[in-house]
Amino acid sequence: MTKLVEVENLNVRFTGERTVHAINGVSFSLGEGEVLGLLGESGSGKSVTLRALMRLLPKKRTVINGSIRVAGRDVLALDDDELSMFRGATVSMIFQEPALALDPVYTIGQQISEAVIRHEGKSQREATARALEMLEVVRIPSAKRRLDAYPHEMSGGMRQRAMIALALACKPKILLADEPTTALDATVQIQILLLLRELQREFGMSVIFVTHDIGVAIEICDRVAVMYAGQIVETGTLRQIVRSPLHPYPRGLLASTTHGAKRGQRLETIPGTPPSLDKAPTGCSFAPRCALAEARCTEALPPAIDVGDGRMARCVLAERIQPASV
Amino acid sequence: MSEATLPKAMLERIEDFGGAAQPLLKVVGLTKHFPVRGGLLSKARTVRAVDNVSFEIAKGETVGIVGESGCGKSTTARLLMHLMTRDAGEILYDGMQVGRALSLRELRRGMQMVFQDSYASLNPRLTIEESIAFGPKVHGMDDAPARKLARELLDKVGLRPETFANRYPHEISGGQRQRVNIARALALSPRLVILDEAVSALDKSVEAQVLNLLADLKSEFGLTYLFISHDLNVVRYISDRVLVMYLGEVVELGPVDQVWDAPAHPYTRALLAAMPAADPDNRTETPPITGDPPNPIDPPPGCRFHTRCASAEPMCSAASPTLTDLDGAGHQAACYMAIPGSGHSRASAAEKAA
Ligand SMILES: Nc1ncnc2c1ncn2[C@@H]1O[C@H](COP(=O)(O)OP(=O)(O)OP(=O)(O)O)[C@@H](O)[C@H]1O
Ligand SMILES: Nc1ncnc2c1ncn2[C@@H]1O[C@H](COP(=O)(O)OP(=O)(O)O)[C@@H](O)[C@H]1O
Ligand code: SF4
Ligand code: SF4
Ligand SMILES: [Mg+2]
Ligand SMILES: [Mg+2]
Repeated sequence: MTKLVEVENLNVRFTGERTVHAINGVSFSLGEGEVLGLLGESGSGKSVTLRALMRLLPKKRTVINGSIRVAGRDVLALDDDELSMFRGATVSMIFQEPALALDPVYTIGQQISEAVIRHEGKSQREATARALEMLEVVRIPSAKRRLDAYPHEMSGGMRQRAMIALALACKPKILLADEPTTALDATVQIQILLLLRELQREFGMSVIFVTHDIGVAIEICDRVAVMYAGQIVETGTLRQIVRSPLHPYPRGLLASTTHGAKRGQRLETIPGTPPSLDKAPTGCSFAPRCALAEARCTEALPPAIDVGDGRMARCVLAERIQPASV
Repeated sequence: MSEATLPKAMLERIEDFGGAAQPLLKVVGLTKHFPVRGGLLSKARTVRAVDNVSFEIAKGETVGIVGESGCGKSTTARLLMHLMTRDAGEILYDGMQVGRALSLRELRRGMQMVFQDSYASLNPRLTIEESIAFGPKVHGMDDAPARKLARELLDKVGLRPETFANRYPHEISGGQRQRVNIARALALSPRLVILDEAVSALDKSVEAQVLNLLADLKSEFGLTYLFISHDLNVVRYISDRVLVMYLGEVVELGPVDQVWDAPAHPYTRALLAAMPAADPDNRTETPPITGDPPNPIDPPPGCRFHTRCASAEPMCSAASPTLTDLDGAGHQAACYMAIPGSGHSRASAAEKAA
């Protein structure tokens, strides 16, 4: 079975004043109707990975290598016309900041109907009907009235819903979600997560959901890929990653949580900070912070080891480590 | 981290006057309203950012404040710091009124604040060392001892002075900047430190480092914390007591374990239920609360939560419930259901003795 998304050995380097090796050999795939989480700390390359899938990276200052196939097409080979049809109709994206997706000078209704006309060639009347339907789908109250609202006239949660309505208006096969709930109150975040979960099922979409919050991943993902320093260091089902991570980085990350930690007891921490990305990695990027590091960890890139059950860990000890129970 | 020895040349602390029994901070009826202009023809309206808030913080205690965005947490913090004038209310620092027994200058030493945005709170043109030494110098310390103190404090917050003292704020990471901000607050020998979302912008692995640091510094320097955060797990971990705010008011307060394990206010219950699940087999199925946090401009009459409360009854929109003691051990809530004999159908009957 071919996958909906297949990324192989993706490398993204930003050139210019400073060189940043943002993505270093990332491979993953996404199946039909699957929700894949990209989990990692800030700067680990989550957003760059999503942007590469949509070809949203600045052309002049970015060097991209590797292969990205989405719905059978070679994304890196699309020309501008093909790209503009591809975005919105095949793949659509939502952001932490709705301002990145919504245009402040048009009403919500205008923006959705314009997208429907452009991608599906519908009439204005049909497109407006679709816009209304979409606002109802994302449960914006008094949807009819909201068609004429400008983004700034809506509250944070409403804007987030409007952005989702716009992203889903042309029924894309794949939704890319870049921390869409990070800026929201937890009370609103959970509403948006439940909405996305429901729409994913209803539309039969596949989703790549970027987050730094393991709790958010638990609410929405089927599988999780953990990123560190521009690499995927472990992939597995949500349960595998949450309950028995293999790689020392996700193990440390899960152990350092305050959830269930006793007051007065010290939290487990990962010492140090992530590496700067000014050079391409030549060994394990986590080695300076890893309690288990050995000489061979820094001598060569640790291979991506398939440990069975569809799990992968990029660590020389992957086969020897007993899964941690967290 | 270095041994538990206090830097020798620190500014002298504001003396402990009232002894252990006297709260370090006592706040009574704190109120701040902001007038906001409507459109051309609409009438002026009022943001009730903080409304009649009262609480105490004991010496050595950590008190948490939680609540949705806009509920008045930061405004409360700024009022306590005297960074803005209040409309009403009393703030007593160790029993002393600011402006009377305690000067504003002394208060600024006795109470320090760390903000969420680590970058905005540091002067980009000063080195890390200069930033930390700045406060003590303003308070009369000479340059050389102030720089020495700055280096000692850098070491205390886990940043090697040799590596970091001469760097500028943009040359260090967010987690490191937050440590610098903590060092800067400590440089004035405060007894109370207000942390307003101080770890919220940090990555989880760095957040754990900074939380451990805060615990170390607390015992080493004998600090008292007011800890504002939207992360209920972090608040439970760090706080002894907690205040829950909704639209400018305190709706529940008490020892954090009591409040978290037996929340008495429906809003507290909703906040707790809105936390993402920790167990993949136990995902959240229905949102505990719908809608966005309402605007504190002209909040609804009566119990301010009644527009979102599934248990609201007619009495709830008629008059506001007052914070009422629940157990004689400091757990209080402002909900008619928790007030015996209030007339709410789910309240217990009035106690005979009461
Ligand atoms: N100078 C001001 N003028 C008008 N309104 C203000 C002013 N400062 C704060 N407010 C309003 O007062 C209310 C409380 O604000 P505050 O910053 O205390 O919220 P908060 O609880 O800290 O929220 P957050 O979790 O987003 O930090 C908000 O509605 C805010 O918009
Ligand atoms: N347009 C750009 N130019 C240069 N560097 C970039 C650009 N976009 C991202 N980066 C760098 O790439 C790395 C990964 O960034 P990003 O994918 O945004 O991380 P995150 O995991 O937080 O989403 C970071 O070091 C970031 O600073
Ligand atoms: S490869 Fe070595 S350094 Fe890297 S995570 Fe595994 S044990 Fe640690
Ligand atoms: S007083 Fe009434 S409206 Fe307010 S929280 Fe209690 S039951 Fe709900
Ligand atoms: Mg990002
Ligand atoms: Mg605030």
